[in-house]
Amino acid sequence: MTLLRARGLSLRFKAIRALDDVAVDLWPGEVLAIVGESGSGKTTLLNVLSGRMAPDAGTVWYTDPEGQEHDVHAMPAPALRTLHRSDWGFVHQDPRQNLRMNVSAGGNVGERLMARGARNYGDIRAEAIDWLTQVEIDANRVDDLPRTFSGGMLQRLQIARTLVTHPRLVFMDEPTGGLDVSVQARLLDLIRTLVARLGIAAVLVTHDIAVARLLAHRIAVMQRGRVVETGLTDQVLDDPQHAYTQLLVSSVLQA
Amino acid sequence: MTEGYNFAYLDEQTKRMIRRALLKAVAIPGHQVPFGSREMPLPYGWGTGGIQVTASILGHDDTLKVIDQGADDTTNAVSIRRFFAKTAGVATTTHTAEATVIQTRHRIPEKTLRDDQIIVYQVPQPEPLFRLESSRVETRRMHGLADYGLMHVKLYEDVARFGQISISYDYPVLVNQRYLMSPSPIPAFDNPKMDRMPALQLFGAGREKRIYAIPPWTQVRSLDFEDHPFRAINAPEPCGLCGATDSYLDEVITDDHGGRLFVCSDTDHCAERRAAGHIGKDGFAEAAE
Repeated sequence: MTLLRARGLSLRFKAIRALDDVAVDLWPGEVLAIVGESGSGKTTLLNVLSGRMAPDAGTVWYTDPEGQEHDVHAMPAPALRTLHRSDWGFVHQDPRQNLRMNVSAGGNVGERLMARGARNYGDIRAEAIDWLTQVEIDANRVDDLPRTFSGGMLQRLQIARTLVTHPRLVFMDEPTGGLDVSVQARLLDLIRTLVARLGIAAVLVTHDIAVARLLAHRIAVMQRGRVVETGLTDQVLDDPQHAYTQLLVSSVLQA
Repeated sequence: MTEGYNFAYLDEQTKRMIRRALLKAVAIPGHQVPFGSREMPLPYGWGTGGIQVTASILGHDDTLKVIDQGADDTTNAVSIRRFFAKTAGVATTTHTAEATVIQTRHRIPEKTLRDDQIIVYQVPQPEPLFRLESSRVETRRMHGLADYGLMHVKLYEDVARFGQISISYDYPVLVNQRYLMSPSPIPAFDNPKMDRMPALQLFGAGREKRIYAIPPWTQVRSLDFEDHPFRAINAPEPCGLCGATDSYLDEVITDDHGGRLFVCSDTDHCAERRAAGHIGKDGFAEAAE
């Protein structure tokens, strides 16, 4: 049974077709990359799939742990909010959008736990330190403010904050954007390890083919609001069928 | 007796509007109800919210007590008491037990209130989350969804930084297991008195145009952690005048050589104890007068 299933998603911003009859299937534990150039509707698709934006037409179904399917956009606001702070996670390109910059690293990681009802300070702190270590942040930085962290550390802190509640599904919007190459490589390695170990399903938006190849099991290529090609990552990247995918793959610089 | 003014200063339409807001507030304990706050003949921050609530619930046969930081004889308390004596002609008192309506700023009287009394709090800032989340749209949404993780983040930060929850006044409470509420800037010491209080508790914020309430016998729980439970903070000494050990104390500097005196913040409570013969270690001189 699919974890997330979308059919016939359409959304227009005036004359622009941001989404045009898009269908998506995501299976439990699977990483799906959505690639395409700027303005192809990748981020819009992510926002619609996660219920942050309503489509003009089409439906997104989410299957909860009991096997019950929910129409994400017909869900009452409290239920969607609960989903977002427990079963789901969202990793932004800019960690500052998600983190509380005037709250310590430990408080940032602990917030989702407390929102879910954790009321034991010792447990919350232990869990926060455990997660900081998992994302390779030194445990003695737990009381430091995020503004003293480097860009790569901020992104790792955001990942710790998102994964602390063991979500089943994580939405990632360009998680490695704006980081230099060596930091990117370490972060990718970290995400790949965590996602594989925890069996998290993820929808990953990226314009970087290399990121998709490293992290994703399946790939969907978007152009002007349409999914033009979809398939296993290696299959799509090694033997692209659609003209646009061929162009995308061939335009990657070989180092 | 109230010549030149409508009874209790406000016109009847305004009082009806405020009473409607009060009824809604009582029906949803801890929920902030907007109301059309009026200009009052005193500045914002001096108790315009409390005074409007008091004006709306006052009747001819009520007895009013007004306290400011526990004291009956400070400027704010005296002028508000005189205001209602003049505009409503109601009886006023300084004795907690005799009052039917008590308007207060920053304290709850030490004497346990009864179910035939109403306590009206003056509130400067009704939104408990305002220092943490600047958007009112967002805080309203958080109240709507009972999404109070952020308040606990603040408590977590306190414990991480100071080893304890360092909020000493305006300590956030959860009313009836649902709404997060600011108890107004009363000391945390007074928080336990709000829990299952027999008296009706009304809160008025004039500048912020909000009214909220706690009906009698409602559960009011101060937020805390299991391993860092809520504790009331008070001075470590007994009252210098009456020797009370169970009342909230003010520190008074008596000279410039480090001399200081701890006295009950609730003046009525202290006077009553002294009249009953209790004398603290600094109380002799006064008793001899």
